[in-house]
Amino acid sequence: MTTAKLGEAVRRIEDDRLITGRGKYVDDVKLAGMLHLALVRSPHAHATIKNIDVSAAAAVPGVETVFTGADLQEQMGSLPAGWVLEDMVAPDHPPIAFEKVRVVGDAVAAVVADSAAAAADAAQLVDVTYDVLPAVVDAEKATQSGAPQLHEDAKNNVAFNWDVHGGDYSEAAKSAEVVVKQRIINQRLIPNPMETRGVVADYDIGSDHLTVYSSTQIPHLMRLLFSLVTGHPEHKLRVIAPDVGGGFGCKLYLYAEEIIAGIIAKNLGRPIKWTEGRQENYVATTHGRDHIADVEICGNKDGTITGLKAHIYANLGAYLSTFAPGIPTVLFGLMLSGQYKIPNISCDVTGVFTNTTPVDAYRGAGRPEATYLVERMVDRFAQEIGRDPVVVRRKNFLAPFKNGKEVATGVNYDSGNYRGVLNKALEIFDVKEFRDQQRAARREGKLLGVGFSTYIEICGMAPSAVAAALGAGAGLWESSTVRVHPTGKVTVLTGTSPHGQGHETSFAQIVSSTLGVPMEDVDVLHGDTDRQQFGTGTFGSRSLAVGGQALMMSLRKVMDKATKIAAHELDADPKMVQFADGVFRLEDIPEKELPFGDVALAAHSAVNLPPRMEPGLEETSFFDPENFTWPFGAHICVVEIDEATGETKVAKYVAVDDIGNVINPMIVDGMVHGGIAQGIGQALQEGAVYDDDGQLLTGSMLDYAVPTAEDVPSFITDRTVTPTKVNELGAKGAGEAGTIASSPAVINAVVDALKHLGVNHIDMPLRSESVWRTIQDAKEAQRAKRSAARKGS
Amino acid sequence: MPTTINVTVNGTTRTDTVDERLLLVQYLREVHSLTGTHIGCDTSSCGACTVHLDGKSVKSCTVFAVQADGSEVTTVEGLASNGTVHPVQAAFKEKHGLQCGFCTPGMIMTSVELLERNPDPSEEEIRSGIRGNLCRCTGYHNIVQAVKFAAMESK
Repeated sequence: MTTAKLGEAVRRIEDDRLITGRGKYVDDVKLAGMLHLALVRSPHAHATIKNIDVSAAAAVPGVETVFTGADLQEQMGSLPAGWVLEDMVAPDHPPIAFEKVRVVGDAVAAVVADSAAAAADAAQLVDVTYDVLPAVVDAEKATQSGAPQLHEDAKNNVAFNWDVHGGDYSEAAKSAEVVVKQRIINQRLIPNPMETRGVVADYDIGSDHLTVYSSTQIPHLMRLLFSLVTGHPEHKLRVIAPDVGGGFGCKLYLYAEEIIAGIIAKNLGRPIKWTEGRQENYVATTHGRDHIADVEICGNKDGTITGLKAHIYANLGAYLSTFAPGIPTVLFGLMLSGQYKIPNISCDVTGVFTNTTPVDAYRGAGRPEATYLVERMVDRFAQEIGRDPVVVRRKNFLAPFKNGKEVATGVNYDSGNYRGVLNKALEIFDVKEFRDQQRAARREGKLLGVGFSTYIEICGMAPSAVAAALGAGAGLWESSTVRVHPTGKVTVLTGTSPHGQGHETSFAQIVSSTLGVPMEDVDVLHGDTDRQQFGTGTFGSRSLAVGGQALMMSLRKVMDKATKIAAHELDADPKMVQFADGVFRLEDIPEKELPFGDVALAAHSAVNLPPRMEPGLEETSFFDPENFTWPFGAHICVVEIDEATGETKVAKYVAVDDIGNVINPMIVDGMVHGGIAQGIGQALQEGAVYDDDGQLLTGSMLDYAVPTAEDVPSFITDRTVTPTKVNELGAKGAGEAGTIASSPAVINAVVDALKHLGVNHIDMPLRSESVWRTIQDAKEAQRAKRSAARKGS
Repeated sequence: MPTTINVTVNGTTRTDTVDERLLLVQYLREVHSLTGTHIGCDTSSCGACTVHLDGKSVKSCTVFAVQADGSEVTTVEGLASNGTVHPVQAAFKEKHGLQCGFCTPGMIMTSVELLERNPDPSEEEIRSGIRGNLCRCTGYHNIVQAVKFAAMESK
């Protein structure tokens, strides 16, 4: 029987079931009479469907039925883009294609059988005749004249043009002493949560209730979108996200398979299960990043940065996924000031359709792309003017602030102390000592480099009115209910929907510390639209900053009512009642006390309540924040490069983050570790590769290099604390920090290791071959330069 | 063709008639309803399905159920004894070696066998020992700490 405090590394409640194999993921759901769904997917990236012959598939023993897109078209509607930008083209996206396929993996038929094996066997026998069309996979090439066109209404494959401008970049560049230009590729990534997606749909004809289990981050938003698209009434639709095996953004949408399984369940009146295979996941679940950026930074030789300009081709894939338009625009372009005072910023984004898997949020979502671009260009600028990258950063940092700071992109940061967080990182990591090691190592033919990344992110999604003005199609507030039972036990209902973040523990900590009840007396329920009032889900490092505040508000209301009941029971003025360690006491008569549990019982027995007070002890709150939160940090990475082979390893990694107040430091550290590993993965090894015909060459886990335990080191983590005033917890959000910071830290370290050879940029991912080639090319260039100099003299 | 097999799973021997192409992981999940063993890929890459077959770690997606005929299989559900979790399970909780929990059963089974082979592994040996198990949440940092802690606790 222990109560928990805020800031304590409480071990997780979730773990007891997860370490013993008693978690319940979607694929573990087994219902009586359940049928299995397999989807026939297009092997072509771009083709018209001429004919579909299902007769052989339908004849396979165990097969119940086979549906084509035409069969279900009327019932399924079109998958929506939930983020709408001005003048955006949002083409139809049928859950099952019926005229044209636009990406390898587009579903063209659905096979339902009494076993997964029979469904898979039969799916192979569906005979589809295609008329193959030319494909385009590169976003820049897709906009050029003569490129294959994906959608009739999207001229030159452009979905939108978006821009943000602050100050006057052209003027800044004209008067700057130095202008540095660079093309930067932010490669496409495959999110790879360890659990693929899965759906079980269960329809009750009598009540018209449809239940959809889905491995999703957004049960309520999914229900809303499902209802809007299919017309199934929202109040008779229940979405359950049970244990979810990771998301990282890719489970943040309404997907075709959710609709297909739901509609087929309605048609057949039997439960339908679909479990995504991993290779299927690689084509059917969204990807991340994929920017081609042309960037300029300008400034003066004393290190002052005066402007930044970027044009981005953002590859959106074949269709607009739910949040896709918001990622390379709002969550990217508005972030381009970083931690710096950059008075002139200009950013234009061209969102482009290609014959590839749709691109949407992947951990960090827009912010890693922005941070990579800013942090790379700050280093590039420092190198150009021959100055230390740390010195240049310090020179351009915004001064510490507690009450907001507007930057040139028009956004208003909440609080920040960028010098402070870098100073802390530099206390942990001795740069001078490293530079000595670096010189000594170079004499022995070993290449070492150090890279810095001082990042800012936008979290706490989101003030709904601001988000709506920026294109969001739904409010992004959060909700909570605190239900105190007669025995004093507490149930919390939250609209957030965790998938590894440990809300059952950190939210219980908040309850335990506020009400003084033991941790084991608190149960946090999430991920079931029939249990929880509407909520927005878990993404964008929002759950604590928004959902945690919604919880605080309900707890305050509960405490307010409980205090009145206690005062009434103790026959005192509520102002005289104090509360500590789970017990109400009177200030002047300390022996008169009432435990919280007794008050809970009194609230329910309703025998002696204050006049006109309603019985019960349950409160619900909805919190819409006034601003986003703006976590920040300073990461330092050391790399070792084998000059002979180009093999690059991260040797040391220091992360100092400022996410405001921390509820559970163990959970925060864990999320930072995982984030760093994903960023290192992007920097060194991950990357989705398509051939020109739109075939995904990295189409399985054998070909796409998810980091293993041998690919990353242990990490050193620390924090500074600059609380936000946006919520009373002072918490800013921690889920994405590591990923946002780490890719530029690694690449900056590699460039640092190679800069004596004249290298000033290298594109991710740094597979050994590309590093080796960069070294050889740089040496060749140096030789040519020396030779020319000799000839010249 | 259906084939009859005798397999001892977590100490209990059962006779089942299974399709020859049924994978061990499907046999455990579907026939025995032991859903703690997870399927994370289709290329034997991720290790989420790791169980012990006659005391050795195997990826149960790469073993046919019929190959387990006459063998003993231990899954994550069978690790606890007398209601007490295995020290490696306890260490994963203590050191926060899991987040979403999907890779965890396989990661624990691999770690248990690793420590049986090498009771006092270095960090390098731990990382090498679990390289066949992918985790996307933890960055492996706390998994390594958990295995170290379990080794220390067992001394």
